Amino acid sequence: MRITDDLSEYSFMGDFDTIVIGAGHAGCEAGLISARMGMKTLMLSMNLEAVAMMPCNPSIGGTGKGHLVCEVDALGGEMGINIDKTFIQSKMLNTSKGPAVHSLRAQADKNRYHLEMKKTIEDQENLFLKQAEVTDLIINDDGAVCGVVTKAMARYSCRTAVMATGTFLGGKIFIGDAAYSGGPSGLAASDELADNLYREGFPLRRFKTGTPARMLGRSLDYSKMKVQHGDDQIVPFSFMNEGRDIGGNRADCWLSYTNEDTHKIILDNIHRSAMYSGNITGVGPRYCPSIEDKVSRFRDRKRHQLFVEPEGLDTDEMYIQGMSTSLPEDVQESFYHTIPGLEHGEIVRPAYAIEYDCIDPLSLRPSLESKRVKNLFCAGQFNGSSGYEEAAAQGIIAGINSARKIQGMDPLVLRRDQAYIGVLIDDLVTKGTDEPYRILTSRAEYRLLLRQDNADQRLTPIGYAYGSVSQERYEKYLRKQQRISDEVDRLKHKRIDMASMQEFLREIGAPESRDNPCFFDLLKRPEVRYDYLERVDDETRPRLTRNEITEIEVEIKYAGYIEKQRSNVKKLRQMENRRLPENIDYGSIRGLRLEAVEKLNRIRPETVGQASRISGVNPADVNVLLIYLEKESRSRKVKGNDRPEADRCRD
Amino acid sequence: MVFKMSDIIAAISTPPGQGGVGIVRISGDGSLGIMKKVFSECPEDPAPRHVYFGHVVDPDKTGPEAVIDEAVFIYMKAPHSYTCEDVVEIQAHGGPVGMKKILRTVIRNGARLAEPGEFTKLAFMNGRLDLTQAEAVMDIISAKTDLPYTIAESQLEGSLGRRIREIRQGLLDVLAQMAVNIDFPDEDIEEMEYDAFVSDVSREKENIVSLINSAPAGRITREGVKVAIVGSPNAGKSSLLNGLLGEERAIVTDVPGTTRDTIQEMMDVGGMPVILEDTAGIRDTQDQVEQIGIDRSRKALERADVVLFVVDGSRPLSDEDREIARAIRECGKEERTITILNKEDLSALSGEADIGEILDDPRVIQTSLLEGKYLDISVEKVSQEIERMIFAGTGSQIPSAVVTSERQLDALERACEQADSAVRMLRAGEALEICELGVHSAYDILGEVIGEEAGDQILDAVFSRFCLGK
Repeated sequence: MRITDDLSEYSFMGDFDTIVIGAGHAGCEAGLISARMGMKTLMLSMNLEAVAMMPCNPSIGGTGKGHLVCEVDALGGEMGINIDKTFIQSKMLNTSKGPAVHSLRAQADKNRYHLEMKKTIEDQENLFLKQAEVTDLIINDDGAVCGVVTKAMARYSCRTAVMATGTFLGGKIFIGDAAYSGGPSGLAASDELADNLYREGFPLRRFKTGTPARMLGRSLDYSKMKVQHGDDQIVPFSFMNEGRDIGGNRADCWLSYTNEDTHKIILDNIHRSAMYSGNITGVGPRYCPSIEDKVSRFRDRKRHQLFVEPEGLDTDEMYIQGMSTSLPEDVQESFYHTIPGLEHGEIVRPAYAIEYDCIDPLSLRPSLESKRVKNLFCAGQFNGSSGYEEAAAQGIIAGINSARKIQGMDPLVLRRDQAYIGVLIDDLVTKGTDEPYRILTSRAEYRLLLRQDNADQRLTPIGYAYGSVSQERYEKYLRKQQRISDEVDRLKHKRIDMASMQEFLREIGAPESRDNPCFFDLLKRPEVRYDYLERVDDETRPRLTRNEITEIEVEIKYAGYIEKQRSNVKKLRQMENRRLPENIDYGSIRGLRLEAVEKLNRIRPETVGQASRISGVNPADVNVLLIYLEKESRSRKVKGNDRPEADRCRD
Repeated sequence: MVFKMSDIIAAISTPPGQGGVGIVRISGDGSLGIMKKVFSECPEDPAPRHVYFGHVVDPDKTGPEAVIDEAVFIYMKAPHSYTCEDVVEIQAHGGPVGMKKILRTVIRNGARLAEPGEFTKLAFMNGRLDLTQAEAVMDIISAKTDLPYTIAESQLEGSLGRRIREIRQGLLDVLAQMAVNIDFPDEDIEEMEYDAFVSDVSREKENIVSLINSAPAGRITREGVKVAIVGSPNAGKSSLLNGLLGEERAIVTDVPGTTRDTIQEMMDVGGMPVILEDTAGIRDTQDQVEQIGIDRSRKALERADVVLFVVDGSRPLSDEDREIARAIRECGKEERTITILNKEDLSALSGEADIGEILDDPRVIQTSLLEGKYLDISVEKVSQEIERMIFAGTGSQIPSAVVTSERQLDALERACEQADSAVRMLRAGEALEICELGVHSAYDILGEVIGEEAGDQILDAVFSRFCLGK
């Protein structure tokens, strides 16, 4: 609604710098960071039981996602700290591969995760959490958001707002033929806000996702399934917990498989699936298909794996990972029961599919501010992503940039070579997405640079400069960097006598060396690990954390590849630094091809770098843009009677 | 701030085709470093704007083999150069083949091929050209760059495009498998053994190599199309050569046996470099000097891609004509021969019928080479016929500009290098995400060649091929 509309029927309930709509993983990060950056922040959630709720899988992290959590943490976010408090099993994935793709994943105690996050929010100064359903935004004459109204007829005013509505917005549940309005986990949907956003002209569309059934643990036969243990040595997500004992694994997961009986039941009843009956129009994610999808698309597969994962320590509910479905309850029961270990499984929450409204992220700036409504920042599933970690990543950026906007400062836009967060947001706002977007390490061009172990190195100084990182974290970070550089220095000078060195190499099964290299050079050899050096090292060897050791090893062992990627990044940076003016008329630029003009006018990239990544904009178009910018900037200088730049390097 | 490229770029900056002198221009930090590798007499610290004489050499070779050309170079120190960066200009003998060899050597030693209009772009960005020239610069860039795209599109339908797409598909299979192993480690999908990756990537690398070696566009760009002009003395070979070149190069007289040596010339046929060899007539002779020329003619015939057989149409076929036809057949060049029936105004022979006596299924062009009005027409016909012949059966089209083919070759070689490095990494047992880099680059570079944009093909392949998800 407009500020000029009649607002008299709403009672004014307070003025805030920032209002965050939604308290899921995006909303929590946005609200916390906004408050920590000094903004008086209000978080509104339809139901306070849904704060930091995990309505789908009970885990945080995974490939690419683990990286995101470390990055959110490095910027001063909460997700890493919260999962470190509430995990019940932890595992580093991909350890058989290189350090760039090592990915941490932890099983969470869902309820404790929610409670701990809620408590953190409650304790946060400047942050106000309230149960209320936002039904509309108030937009002022300047086209900027300036408040919200709620279903209970309250009105709040603000200078910026963050949209983080998740799957609540226009949510619709599907179980077989049953279809009804609803949000995740039996909560109500937010329909009025969806209607009003449509009316306002937001480019909304329908996405869908699904979740499997939960079964009662004591009804399962674990002897028929394969146990999945966590790691012996647990690595925390949060840099703040580095070097600290955060406890051990407290639960196991279980592996089982579907079989041909399962598949037969599913195929025989496929017409009863909401997905196949045509009831669902929303687009689902390819990486997270329902079991009926898997069975019908890959008919030659004799079995599909599934994991049985505990939802927490205070509940006996088990999550059946890999088995999401929109088949009716009777069919669910029969096919789940064909699975070894699940024969007598008691379903306590049936699987369902959920369809919801989200916007076309091409309508967002790289700062996550809406191009349509000023001061409105958007994050999470509302932007077409999926996943708790993707939501948190956007949430913290939306929160930081909303605070920066109020402060009159430039937004934080991370580049693709700086963070997975940069890859995620750039993909969304530059390329758009046709399905709920999930981060994957394969999406990053500079994968070797974007590691979990160096997330703090990449982002903590930036976060500090942008005001999101606390003094405490920054100082801890500086101490760590100092320790690393001291140790690298020491390794460059540390040598042992030739005979001992050859003996050491023999012991670890490495080929002999012709000269006597320092430890730094020894570490370049693939067989030599930092840990092995302990037996020939002396008392000057410092006690470093696992992460610090990884960082040292990786930077030494992969120096060549890392350097190569860094030099490629330099080229990218030059383009990223060339800003395109807001109101450029691409149609009037001579030499641009028609397709490029159309795309550029629609997406309106902020930098030449962003323009270069739009499909349909080719290298020649990019060069034309560069020349155009140079021409414009020189024309301005000529008008301003400056010395023409053309003289800069004339002999 | 000076607009700096972090790359060293290089290109031939004289117009394509034959010239007395040709220039290869190199720009960027480190241009001098390249010179120190490829110029045999490069001083340690050359003075700007001085001329240095010496030889361009291939640093990977030794001895006389290494020498590419005699040349001079001039160093222009930043910012006092066209681009405001360090610039080196190598001036050498101006034939396209020689210039390309120099360019390739420079590229192999650290430069990359400049984009079309890139020097001009740098010059403008760094204030070397003034504001009034901005529009012109934009025109140059869009005009020049449009060309490779159009060509890339036209080649998408050709066999070159098809083969590149096949290679990319092979690499895509590898990349999808690598991606699924890295990004979905928990799935019920077998992790592929490195041996299997090695064999798959090696196979695609070999395919790239064979493309480099056999692609007509590639080979021709490097070496040019070799065209031998043969015929009995005074049949009009030199007139044809002069006509094709548009200049008096060979001496044309009425005395048979005037051309005693073979004369080599370069010409452009629609952007394709053609090396013409005018030969002495093939006939028995006691004249020592002419005998040498005749031996060379036979050799020229043997290495020719296309033979232009000039026959004097004013008289019946001579023994010499038959002798030459036999030599053509012996060298297996019958299908690559264009017979030019000269002096048709004085015709005693009637085209295919008569020539058919000595060559099977001949391609005959009738003309009168000495008369200007016919000359133009016949030159065009001959050029078209050469194009048709070279690319017959390959489905390829002749690149519209020399630089484009050079670009393709450059890309294929870079792709080959990347695939090769991936194989080495895999053999050395490096981490998967590191081995992936080379395969990925090779895939992207091949995409450039056929003008395909980098997109989500790898993830699309992952999701269509593997059953994933929770």
